[in-house]
Amino acid sequence: MSPFTTWDIVRNLLFAAQWTVILSLVAFIGGGVVGLLMLFARTSKRVAARRLAILYIELFQGTPLLMQLFLFFFGLSLIGFNVPPWLAAGLALTLWTAAFLAEIWRGCVEAIPRGQWEASSSLAMSYFEQMRYVVLPQALRIAVPPTVGFSVQVVKATALTSIIGFVELSKASTMITNATFQPFVVYGFAALMYFALCWPLSKSSQLLERKLNVAHRNH
Amino acid sequence: MSLIAITEVRKRFGDNEVLKGINLDVAAGEVIAIIGKSGSGKSTLLRCINGLETIDEGTILVAGAQLAPDELHLRALRLKVGMIFQSFNLFPHLTAGRNVMLSPMVVKKVPAKEAQAEAQARLEQVGLGHKFDAYPDELSGGQQQRVAIARALAMKPLALLCDEITSALDPELVNEVLQVVGKLAAEGMTLLMVTHEMRFAREVCDRVVFMHQGRVHEIGPPEEVFGAPKTLELQQFLGIA
Repeated sequence: MSPFTTWDIVRNLLFAAQWTVILSLVAFIGGGVVGLLMLFARTSKRVAARRLAILYIELFQGTPLLMQLFLFFFGLSLIGFNVPPWLAAGLALTLWTAAFLAEIWRGCVEAIPRGQWEASSSLAMSYFEQMRYVVLPQALRIAVPPTVGFSVQVVKATALTSIIGFVELSKASTMITNATFQPFVVYGFAALMYFALCWPLSKSSQLLERKLNVAHRNH
Repeated sequence: MSLIAITEVRKRFGDNEVLKGINLDVAAGEVIAIIGKSGSGKSTLLRCINGLETIDEGTILVAGAQLAPDELHLRALRLKVGMIFQSFNLFPHLTAGRNVMLSPMVVKKVPAKEAQAEAQARLEQVGLGHKFDAYPDELSGGQQQRVAIARALAMKPLALLCDEITSALDPELVNEVLQVVGKLAAEGMTLLMVTHEMRFAREVCDRVVFMHQGRVHEIGPPEEVFGAPKTLELQQFLGIA
């Protein structure tokens, strides 16, 4: 009989799940801020800004998150920065999230009819004024469901950071399994915890989608 | 001196030259209708005047402000000319009043109170003072277009460009918009409008421009253009050839 009770396992998993939540929040909020900057660059009239944003987005969308984590963790220490796992994980996930959010939001901005841009242009508004007062308020409404939906991906993606030694839910599961030799129980609970985090998010995304679509009112 | 001076303007979309050297001077207070078949370049010309389209050659001057592609020049130019569109293009997330208030507050930094009073006055001018708090989707097409006119007027432009502003309206709603435009014309607003409302053009305009294949084909007072069209193309367009 194992010296570990089920409660021992759950307790330790719950403790580690905190870090999954924190990392998800950091990635999502940080990614939101960087993503917004990238959105402005990506939809800018300046060719250089647009190219830079496209390069950034394609780089982060076109390589596995795992490679990005490795590069941040090992790469930065190669050039003399000793990055702890939490920092590498936070940075990589933030930038990865930003690349996807920028593209999701670009789709929403481009869904706003051209007439809105033309009308605000002919009222002498600048690009930022158009975005701030005319386009983003409308784009926000259609952006909510896919954005919330993507947050599910972010939560699940945090599991990858276990590979660089960041102790979140997945890493903790492996460690506890090594001690208890009860992989099915441990990973089963871990999966349940992921589900408990993700399911409400995807459910609310569906609800929001229905609510915003069915009503389809603009105010 | 003319308010709007268009000189030798050329515009190409790829290989297709849609404006082939346009010259047109518009005096302050003048009301001009631009007529012609679709594809004749009339909407493009209008959209070039406030920089919604770039021009390939020639110059456009509005009260001394020159059309140039950079944001500073465009802003200066667009402060002088307003534009009204076929599809209204009201901001759907804002009330009628807020639609009118937005640009004065954002672009000209007019205080909210002042902007609100101005918006109320402009809405009353187009007969919609009571619709300040209505959202665009609660208004009829004709009402929406009148709000769009009020919105353009709130920026106190020297001239208004009207791009087929009644073409998307049900027939019974056309008149309420034309009445507002007619009143503006009578009050001395400089108007440049692309229109299919020949009767209105005849009654209200000082000059009529007939565009054909990217050129100003015939131009003159409405009596001449409608009464005694010189060219075969205009006669055909008016259906009297």
